[in-house]
Amino acid sequence: MTDIRYLSPSTLDEAIDAFAAAGSAARIMAGGTDLLVQMRSGAVRPALIVDIKKIAEMTAIEETAGGGFRVGAAVPGAELAEHARFGKVWPGVLEAINLIGSTQIQGRASAGGNLCNGSPAGDSVPAMIAAGAIVTVQGPGGRREMPVEQVPAGPGRTSLKPGEILVSFTLPPRPPGSSDAYLRMIPRTEMDIAVVGCGVSLTLKDGVCTAARVGLGAVAPTVLRVDAAAKALTGSKLDDATVNAAAAACRAACSPIDDKRGTIAYRTRIAGVLLKRTVAIAARRAGGN
Amino acid sequence: MTKLHVSTTINGEPAEFLCEPGDTMLDALRGPLALTGSKEGCASGDCGACSITLDDRLVCSCLMLAAEAEGHQLRTIEGMATGDRLHPLQQKFLEMAALQCGICTSGMLVASEALLQKNPRPSEEEVRFWLAGNLCRCTGYDKIVRAVLETAADMREAAQ
Repeated sequence: MTDIRYLSPSTLDEAIDAFAAAGSAARIMAGGTDLLVQMRSGAVRPALIVDIKKIAEMTAIEETAGGGFRVGAAVPGAELAEHARFGKVWPGVLEAINLIGSTQIQGRASAGGNLCNGSPAGDSVPAMIAAGAIVTVQGPGGRREMPVEQVPAGPGRTSLKPGEILVSFTLPPRPPGSSDAYLRMIPRTEMDIAVVGCGVSLTLKDGVCTAARVGLGAVAPTVLRVDAAAKALTGSKLDDATVNAAAAACRAACSPIDDKRGTIAYRTRIAGVLLKRTVAIAARRAGGN
Repeated sequence: MTKLHVSTTINGEPAEFLCEPGDTMLDALRGPLALTGSKEGCASGDCGACSITLDDRLVCSCLMLAAEAEGHQLRTIEGMATGDRLHPLQQKFLEMAALQCGICTSGMLVASEALLQKNPRPSEEEVRFWLAGNLCRCTGYDKIVRAVLETAADMREAAQ
Protein backbone atom coordinates (compact mmCIF):
# COMPACT_ATOMS: atom_id res chain seq x y z
CA MET A 1 0.00 0.00 0.00
CA THR A 2 1.11 3.57 -0.59
CA ASP A 3 1.64 5.90 2.33
CA ILE A 4 -1.36 6.10 4.62
CA ARG A 5 -1.72 8.20 7.73
CA TYR A 6 -3.93 6.98 10.59
CA LEU A 7 -5.42 9.42 13.12
CA SER A 8 -7.77 8.70 16.01
CA PRO A 9 -8.67 12.11 17.43
CA SER A 10 -10.65 12.44 20.64
CA THR A 11 -12.58 15.56 19.61
CA LEU A 12 -14.83 16.28 16.67
CA ASP A 13 -13.02 19.57 15.93
CA GLU A 14 -9.68 17.78 15.55
CA ALA A 15 -11.30 15.19 13.30
CA ILE A 16 -12.89 17.82 11.06
CA ASP A 17 -9.66 19.86 10.82
CA ALA A 18 -7.67 16.82 9.70
CA PHE A 19 -10.41 15.46 7.44
CA ALA A 20 -11.03 18.81 5.71
CA ALA A 21 -7.30 19.53 5.28
CA ALA A 22 -6.71 16.18 3.57
CA GLY A 23 -9.46 16.74 0.99
CA SER A 24 -10.82 13.94 -1.12
CA ALA A 25 -7.94 11.60 -0.24
CA ALA A 26 -9.22 11.18 3.31
CA ARG A 27 -11.69 8.60 4.59
CA ILE A 28 -13.65 8.49 7.81
CA MET A 29 -13.57 5.13 9.59
CA ALA A 30 -16.21 3.99 12.06
CA GLY A 31 -16.33 0.16 12.13
CA GLY A 32 -14.25 -0.12 8.98
CA THR A 33 -16.30 -3.05 7.64
CA ASP A 34 -16.80 -1.35 4.27
CA LEU A 35 -13.63 0.80 4.20
CA LEU A 36 -11.12 -2.01 4.80
CA VAL A 37 -12.78 -4.19 2.15
CA GLN A 38 -12.61 -1.29 -0.33
CA MET A 39 -8.96 -0.67 0.52
CA ARG A 40 -8.13 -4.35 0.17
CA SER A 41 -9.73 -4.53 -3.28
CA GLY A 42 -7.91 -1.38 -4.38
CA ALA A 43 -11.17 0.52 -4.95
CA VAL A 44 -10.10 3.13 -2.37
CA ARG A 45 -6.55 4.29 -1.61
CA PRO A 46 -6.85 6.80 1.22
CA ALA A 47 -3.96 9.08 2.15
CA LEU A 48 -5.55 9.64 5.56
CA ILE A 49 -7.85 7.50 7.71
CA VAL A 50 -9.67 9.36 10.48
CA ASP A 51 -10.92 6.86 13.09
CA ILE A 52 -13.86 8.51 14.86
CA LYS A 53 -14.42 5.92 17.60
CA LYS A 54 -12.56 7.88 20.28
CA ILE A 55 -14.99 10.80 19.95
CA ALA A 56 -17.50 10.39 22.78
CA GLU A 57 -20.45 11.95 20.95
CA MET A 58 -20.09 9.53 18.04
CA THR A 59 -20.17 6.36 20.15
CA ALA A 60 -22.91 7.36 22.61
CA ILE A 61 -26.55 6.25 22.81
CA GLU A 62 -28.63 8.84 24.68
CA GLU A 63 -32.32 9.19 25.46
CA THR A 64 -33.42 12.75 24.79
CA ALA A 65 -35.57 14.74 27.20
CA GLY A 66 -38.76 14.14 25.24
CA GLY A 67 -38.26 10.36 25.03
CA GLY A 68 -36.43 10.22 21.71
CA PHE A 69 -32.99 8.81 21.07
CA ARG A 70 -29.69 10.20 19.85
CA VAL A 71 -27.46 7.48 18.41
CA GLY A 72 -23.83 8.30 17.60
CA ALA A 73 -22.87 7.60 14.01
CA ALA A 74 -20.20 5.05 15.01
CA VAL A 75 -22.25 2.97 17.50
CA PRO A 76 -21.91 -0.69 16.42
CA GLY A 77 -25.01 -2.81 15.89
CA ALA A 78 -24.17 -5.22 18.71
CA GLU A 79 -24.01 -2.36 21.20
CA LEU A 80 -27.33 -0.91 20.08
CA ALA A 81 -28.87 -4.38 20.50
CA GLU A 82 -27.68 -4.47 24.12
CA HIS A 83 -29.27 -1.11 25.00
CA ALA A 84 -32.03 -1.65 27.54
CA ARG A 85 -34.69 0.47 25.81
CA PHE A 86 -33.75 1.27 22.24
CA GLY A 87 -35.04 -1.98 20.73
CA LYS A 88 -38.32 -1.70 22.62
CA VAL A 89 -39.03 1.76 21.23
CA TRP A 90 -37.55 1.24 17.73
CA PRO A 91 -37.67 -2.52 17.02
CA GLY A 92 -37.70 -1.95 13.26
CA VAL A 93 -34.63 0.29 13.25
CA LEU A 94 -32.79 -2.19 15.46
CA GLU A 95 -33.70 -5.25 13.35
CA ALA A 96 -32.58 -3.39 10.22
CA ILE A 97 -29.18 -2.52 11.69
CA ASN A 98 -28.77 -6.02 13.13
CA LEU A 99 -29.36 -7.59 9.69
CA ILE A 100 -26.09 -6.11 8.41
CA GLY A 101 -23.56 -8.94 8.07
CA SER A 102 -22.50 -11.55 10.61
CA THR A 103 -22.02 -11.49 14.39
CA GLN A 104 -18.44 -10.36 13.75
CA ILE A 105 -19.61 -7.51 11.48
CA GLN A 106 -22.19 -6.47 14.10
CA GLY A 107 -19.36 -5.97 16.56
CA ARG A 108 -18.11 -3.11 14.39
CA ALA A 109 -20.58 -1.96 11.73
CA SER A 110 -22.58 1.23 12.44
CA ALA A 111 -25.65 2.95 11.06
CA GLY A 112 -23.50 5.98 10.26
CA GLY A 113 -21.15 3.93 8.13
CA ASN A 114 -24.04 2.15 6.46
CA LEU A 115 -25.58 5.50 5.48
CA CYS A 116 -22.34 7.14 4.33
CA ASN A 117 -21.30 4.08 2.32
CA GLY A 118 -24.11 5.21 0.03
CA SER A 119 -25.35 1.79 -1.04
CA PRO A 120 -28.94 1.85 -2.35
CA ALA A 121 -29.32 -1.51 -0.57
CA GLY A 122 -28.07 -0.47 2.90
CA ASP A 123 -30.39 -2.18 5.39
CA SER A 124 -30.49 0.49 8.08
CA VAL A 125 -31.44 3.33 5.74
CA PRO A 126 -35.10 2.48 4.87
CA ALA A 127 -35.81 1.90 8.58
CA MET A 128 -34.16 5.20 9.56
CA ILE A 129 -36.19 7.00 6.89
CA ALA A 130 -39.40 5.38 8.15
CA ALA A 131 -38.44 6.43 11.69
CA GLY A 132 -38.14 10.07 10.62
CA ALA A 133 -34.54 10.22 11.81
CA ILE A 134 -32.72 13.54 11.60
CA VAL A 135 -28.96 13.43 11.11
CA THR A 136 -26.50 15.90 12.57
CA VAL A 137 -23.46 16.62 10.42
CA GLN A 138 -20.54 18.88 11.26
CA GLY A 139 -17.87 20.33 9.02
CA PRO A 140 -15.62 23.36 8.61
CA GLY A 141 -18.76 25.48 8.05
CA GLY A 142 -20.33 24.41 11.35
CA ARG A 143 -23.07 22.05 12.42
CA ARG A 144 -26.33 21.38 10.57
CA GLU A 145 -29.22 18.95 10.64
CA MET A 146 -31.20 17.32 7.85
CA PRO A 147 -33.63 14.45 7.34
CA VAL A 148 -31.77 11.17 6.84
CA GLU A 149 -33.24 10.67 3.35
CA GLN A 150 -31.37 13.75 2.14
CA VAL A 151 -27.96 12.14 2.76
CA PRO A 152 -27.80 9.56 -0.08
CA ALA A 153 -27.06 11.21 -3.43
CA GLY A 154 -26.57 8.12 -5.61
CA PRO A 155 -24.76 4.79 -5.47
CA GLY A 156 -21.65 5.35 -3.31
CA ARG A 157 -22.31 9.10 -2.99
CA THR A 158 -23.72 11.35 -0.27
CA SER A 159 -24.77 14.99 -0.08
CA LEU A 160 -22.24 15.73 2.67
CA LYS A 161 -20.00 18.66 1.78
CA PRO A 162 -16.19 18.40 1.72
CA GLY A 163 -14.89 18.06 5.26
CA GLU A 164 -18.30 17.25 6.75
CA ILE A 165 -18.67 14.26 9.08
CA LEU A 166 -21.91 12.51 10.03
CA VAL A 167 -22.15 12.83 13.82
CA SER A 168 -25.41 11.26 14.97
CA PHE A 169 -28.99 10.21 14.29
CA THR A 170 -31.83 11.74 16.30
CA LEU A 171 -35.02 9.68 16.47
CA PRO A 172 -38.15 11.49 17.60
CA PRO A 173 -40.22 10.69 20.70
CA ARG A 174 -42.90 8.05 20.10
CA PRO A 175 -46.58 8.76 20.69
CA PRO A 176 -48.52 5.88 22.34
CA GLY A 177 -49.57 3.18 19.86
CA SER A 178 -46.47 3.57 17.69
CA SER A 179 -44.09 0.96 16.36
CA ASP A 180 -41.99 0.07 13.34
CA ALA A 181 -40.65 -2.88 11.35
CA TYR A 182 -38.11 -3.69 8.65
CA LEU A 183 -38.07 -6.59 6.22
CA ARG A 184 -35.69 -7.36 3.43
CA MET A 185 -35.83 -9.95 0.68
CA ILE A 186 -32.68 -12.03 0.21
CA PRO A 187 -32.46 -15.47 -1.39
CA ARG A 188 -30.84 -16.97 1.74
CA THR A 189 -31.31 -16.56 5.48
CA GLU A 190 -28.22 -14.54 6.48
CA MET A 191 -25.16 -12.71 5.19
CA ASP A 192 -26.56 -11.23 1.99
CA ILE A 193 -27.39 -7.89 0.39
CA ALA A 194 -31.03 -6.80 0.10
CA VAL A 195 -32.85 -7.42 -3.18
CA VAL A 196 -35.52 -5.14 -1.71
CA GLY A 197 -35.73 -3.63 1.78
CA CYS A 198 -38.80 -2.01 3.34
CA GLY A 199 -39.13 0.01 6.55
CA VAL A 200 -42.50 1.08 7.96
CA SER A 201 -43.30 3.19 11.01
CA LEU A 202 -46.92 3.54 12.20
CA THR A 203 -48.99 5.17 14.92
CA LEU A 204 -52.39 3.62 15.67
CA LYS A 205 -55.21 5.12 17.70
CA ASP A 206 -58.41 3.12 18.27
CA GLY A 207 -57.49 0.93 15.30
CA VAL A 208 -56.98 3.89 12.96
CA CYS A 209 -53.57 4.66 11.51
CA THR A 210 -52.93 8.29 12.44
CA ALA A 211 -49.38 8.55 11.09
CA ALA A 212 -47.22 6.45 8.76
CA ARG A 213 -43.84 6.66 7.09
CA VAL A 214 -42.38 4.25 4.52
CA GLY A 215 -38.77 3.76 3.36
CA LEU A 216 -37.85 1.53 0.43
CA GLY A 217 -34.35 0.26 -0.38
CA ALA A 218 -32.56 -1.39 -3.33
CA VAL A 219 -35.19 -0.30 -5.87
CA ALA A 220 -33.68 3.02 -7.02
CA PRO A 221 -30.29 4.82 -7.13
CA THR A 222 -30.94 6.00 -3.56
CA VAL A 223 -33.09 4.66 -0.74
CA LEU A 224 -36.55 6.22 -1.11
CA ARG A 225 -39.10 7.78 1.21
CA VAL A 226 -42.45 6.76 -0.29
CA ASP A 227 -44.93 9.45 0.73
CA ALA A 228 -47.69 8.12 -1.53
CA ALA A 229 -47.68 4.83 0.37
CA ALA A 230 -47.65 6.62 3.73
CA LYS A 231 -50.53 8.83 2.61
CA ALA A 232 -52.58 5.80 1.55
CA LEU A 233 -52.13 4.22 5.00
CA THR A 234 -52.82 7.35 7.05
CA GLY A 235 -56.43 7.70 8.20
CA SER A 236 -57.27 4.08 7.39
CA LYS A 237 -57.89 0.98 9.51
CA LEU A 238 -55.19 -0.78 7.47
CA ASP A 239 -57.82 -2.85 5.67
CA ASP A 240 -56.83 -4.95 2.65
CA ALA A 241 -57.86 -2.33 0.06
CA THR A 242 -55.77 0.34 1.81
CA VAL A 243 -52.70 -1.83 2.18
CA ASN A 244 -53.01 -2.92 -1.47
CA ALA A 245 -53.13 0.74 -2.49
CA ALA A 246 -49.99 1.44 -0.44
CA ALA A 247 -48.29 -1.56 -2.05
CA ALA A 248 -49.19 -0.19 -5.49
CA ALA A 249 -47.67 3.16 -4.49
CA CYS A 250 -44.45 1.34 -3.55
CA ARG A 251 -44.35 -0.47 -6.89
CA ALA A 252 -44.91 2.84 -8.68
CA ALA A 253 -41.99 4.43 -6.80
CA CYS A 254 -39.53 1.76 -7.99
CA SER A 255 -36.88 2.47 -10.62
CA PRO A 256 -34.55 -0.48 -9.99
CA ILE A 257 -31.82 -2.12 -12.00
CA ASP A 258 -31.46 -5.66 -13.32
CA ASP A 259 -28.53 -7.42 -11.68
CA LYS A 260 -27.51 -10.83 -10.42
CA ARG A 261 -29.63 -10.38 -7.28
CA GLY A 262 -32.90 -9.60 -9.02
CA THR A 263 -34.60 -8.27 -12.12
CA ILE A 264 -36.48 -4.99 -12.46
CA ALA A 265 -39.79 -6.86 -12.64
CA TYR A 266 -39.00 -9.01 -9.60
CA ARG A 267 -37.80 -6.13 -7.45
CA THR A 268 -40.85 -4.06 -8.32
CA ARG A 269 -43.25 -6.86 -7.46
CA ILE A 270 -41.44 -7.69 -4.21
CA ALA A 271 -41.54 -4.03 -3.13
CA GLY A 272 -45.32 -4.31 -2.91
CA VAL A 273 -45.23 -7.68 -1.16
CA LEU A 274 -42.74 -6.46 1.45
CA LEU A 275 -44.78 -3.31 2.11
CA LYS A 276 -47.81 -5.43 3.02
CA ARG A 277 -45.83 -7.78 5.27
CA THR A 278 -43.94 -4.95 6.96
CA VAL A 279 -47.14 -2.99 7.65
CA ALA A 280 -48.64 -6.10 9.26
CA ILE A 281 -45.67 -6.53 11.60
CA ALA A 282 -45.49 -2.83 12.53
CA ALA A 283 -49.26 -2.77 13.19
CA ARG A 284 -49.09 -5.86 15.40
CA ARG A 285 -46.25 -4.31 17.39
CA ALA A 286 -48.11 -1.03 17.68
CA GLY A 287 -50.91 -2.91 19.40
CA GLY A 288 -53.58 -2.75 16.74
CA ASN A 289 -55.04 -5.42 14.43
CA MET B 1 7.52 5.73 5.98
CA THR B 2 7.45 5.71 9.76
CA LYS B 3 5.94 2.70 11.43
CA LEU B 4 3.42 3.07 14.21
CA HIS B 5 4.23 1.77 17.67
CA VAL B 6 1.22 0.06 19.26
CA SER B 7 0.85 -0.97 22.91
CA THR B 8 -1.99 -3.35 23.63
CA THR B 9 -3.01 -6.37 25.69
CA ILE B 10 -3.28 -9.78 24.02
CA ASN B 11 -4.65 -12.78 25.95
CA GLY B 12 -4.12 -10.90 29.19
CA GLU B 13 -0.45 -10.11 28.56
CA PRO B 14 0.94 -6.68 27.59
CA ALA B 15 2.12 -6.66 23.98
CA GLU B 16 3.87 -4.13 21.76
CA PHE B 17 4.46 -4.17 18.03
CA LEU B 18 5.29 -1.99 15.04
CA CYS B 19 2.95 -1.76 12.06
CA GLU B 20 2.24 0.20 8.92
CA PRO B 21 -0.81 2.48 9.26
CA GLY B 22 -2.69 0.42 6.65
CA ASP B 23 -1.93 -2.99 8.20
CA THR B 24 -4.82 -5.00 9.52
CA MET B 25 -4.82 -6.54 12.99
CA LEU B 26 -4.59 -9.91 11.28
CA ASP B 27 -1.39 -8.75 9.51
CA ALA B 28 0.08 -7.79 12.89
CA LEU B 29 -1.00 -11.02 14.61
CA ARG B 30 0.42 -13.26 11.93
CA GLY B 31 3.48 -11.06 11.31
CA PRO B 32 5.34 -9.27 14.12
CA LEU B 33 3.33 -10.91 16.91
CA ALA B 34 3.81 -14.44 15.48
CA LEU B 35 0.35 -15.51 16.62
CA THR B 36 -0.55 -17.54 13.56
CA GLY B 37 -3.59 -19.33 15.00
CA SER B 38 -5.87 -16.69 13.45
CA LYS B 39 -6.19 -17.54 9.76
CA GLU B 40 -6.70 -15.45 6.66
CA GLY B 41 -9.49 -16.92 4.57
CA CYS B 42 -11.25 -14.22 2.57
CA ALA B 43 -9.71 -11.00 3.97
CA SER B 44 -13.09 -9.32 3.47
CA GLY B 45 -15.08 -10.19 6.59
CA ASP B 46 -17.09 -13.01 5.06
CA CYS B 47 -15.44 -16.18 6.41
CA GLY B 48 -14.64 -15.55 10.08
CA ALA B 49 -11.36 -17.54 10.07
CA CYS B 50 -9.59 -14.52 11.60
CA SER B 51 -12.11 -14.06 14.45
CA ILE B 52 -10.76 -12.52 17.66
CA THR B 53 -12.37 -10.54 20.46
CA LEU B 54 -11.73 -6.83 20.92
CA ASP B 55 -12.76 -5.74 24.43
CA ASP B 56 -14.85 -8.96 24.62
CA ARG B 57 -16.63 -8.15 21.34
CA LEU B 58 -16.31 -10.71 18.53
CA VAL B 59 -14.76 -9.12 15.40
CA CYS B 60 -12.91 -10.09 12.24
CA SER B 61 -9.26 -9.12 12.69
CA CYS B 62 -8.99 -8.65 8.90
CA LEU B 63 -11.48 -5.75 9.17
CA MET B 64 -9.67 -3.97 11.99
CA LEU B 65 -6.57 -1.82 11.61
CA ALA B 66 -3.62 -2.93 13.71
CA ALA B 67 -3.27 0.68 14.91
CA GLU B 68 -6.72 0.44 16.51
CA ALA B 69 -5.45 -2.10 19.05
CA GLU B 70 -3.72 0.69 21.03
CA GLY B 71 -4.97 0.53 24.62
CA HIS B 72 -7.49 -2.24 24.00
CA GLN B 73 -7.85 -5.86 25.16
CA LEU B 74 -7.58 -8.54 22.48
CA ARG B 75 -8.12 -12.26 22.80
CA THR B 76 -7.06 -14.78 20.16
CA ILE B 77 -7.23 -18.56 19.82
CA GLU B 78 -3.80 -18.73 21.48
CA GLY B 79 -5.40 -17.60 24.76
CA MET B 80 -8.14 -20.22 24.78
CA ALA B 81 -6.41 -23.20 26.41
CA THR B 82 -5.00 -22.92 29.94
CA GLY B 83 -1.46 -24.23 29.61
CA ASP B 84 -1.84 -27.84 28.44
CA ARG B 85 -5.50 -27.95 29.43
CA LEU B 86 -7.78 -27.44 26.45
CA HIS B 87 -10.91 -25.33 26.70
CA PRO B 88 -14.04 -27.56 26.81
CA LEU B 89 -14.93 -26.38 23.29
CA GLN B 90 -11.51 -27.42 21.96
CA GLN B 91 -11.79 -30.82 23.67
CA LYS B 92 -15.28 -31.37 22.30
CA PHE B 93 -14.30 -30.35 18.75
CA LEU B 94 -11.61 -33.06 18.92
CA GLU B 95 -13.89 -35.72 20.41
CA MET B 96 -16.69 -35.11 17.94
CA ALA B 97 -14.42 -34.55 14.91
CA ALA B 98 -15.91 -31.08 14.41
CA LEU B 99 -13.09 -30.17 12.05
CA GLN B 100 -11.39 -31.56 9.00
CA CYS B 101 -8.84 -29.31 7.31
CA GLY B 102 -8.72 -26.95 10.31
CA ILE B 103 -8.57 -23.59 8.55
CA CYS B 104 -11.90 -22.44 9.98
CA THR B 105 -11.39 -24.05 13.38
CA SER B 106 -9.69 -21.20 15.27
CA GLY B 107 -12.39 -18.80 14.18
CA MET B 108 -15.16 -21.30 14.97
CA LEU B 109 -13.77 -21.81 18.47
CA VAL B 110 -13.28 -18.10 19.23
CA ALA B 111 -16.77 -17.30 17.93
CA SER B 112 -18.35 -20.21 19.83
CA GLU B 113 -16.66 -19.18 23.07
CA ALA B 114 -18.00 -15.64 22.61
CA LEU B 115 -21.49 -17.11 22.14
CA LEU B 116 -21.36 -19.29 25.25
CA GLN B 117 -20.15 -16.37 27.36
CA LYS B 118 -23.14 -14.33 26.24
CA ASN B 119 -25.65 -17.17 26.10
CA PRO B 120 -24.84 -20.38 28.06
CA ARG B 121 -28.01 -22.08 26.80
CA PRO B 122 -28.24 -21.42 23.05
CA SER B 123 -30.74 -23.24 20.85
CA GLU B 124 -29.52 -24.94 17.69
CA GLU B 125 -30.99 -22.06 15.69
CA GLU B 126 -29.13 -19.51 17.82
CA VAL B 127 -25.83 -21.38 17.32
CA ARG B 128 -26.38 -21.50 13.56
CA PHE B 129 -27.23 -17.79 13.31
CA TRP B 130 -24.33 -16.78 15.60
CA LEU B 131 -21.89 -18.79 13.46
CA ALA B 132 -23.33 -17.61 10.12
CA GLY B 133 -20.19 -15.52 9.62
CA ASN B 134 -17.88 -18.52 10.05
CA LEU B 135 -17.58 -20.52 6.86
CA CYS B 136 -16.49 -24.16 6.77
CA ARG B 137 -16.01 -25.96 3.49
CA CYS B 138 -15.39 -29.43 4.99
CA THR B 139 -17.76 -30.48 7.73
CA GLY B 140 -21.16 -29.39 6.49
CA TYR B 141 -21.46 -27.59 9.86
CA ASP B 142 -23.50 -30.28 11.59
CA LYS B 143 -20.67 -31.65 13.73
CA ILE B 144 -19.61 -28.12 14.67
CA VAL B 145 -23.10 -27.11 15.74
CA ARG B 146 -23.56 -30.31 17.74
CA ALA B 147 -20.15 -29.88 19.41
CA VAL B 148 -21.08 -26.35 20.51
CA LEU B 149 -24.44 -27.52 21.88
CA GLU B 150 -22.87 -30.45 23.76
CA THR B 151 -20.14 -28.22 25.19
CA ALA B 152 -22.78 -25.76 26.37
CA ALA B 153 -24.63 -28.58 28.13
CA ASP B 154 -21.40 -29.89 29.73
CA MET B 155 -20.39 -26.42 30.90
CA ARG B 156 -23.81 -25.80 32.43
CA GLU B 157 -23.58 -29.11 34.28
CA ALA B 158 -20.04 -28.34 35.45
CA ALA B 159 -21.16 -24.96 36.74
CA GLN B 160 -23.82 -26.48 38.99
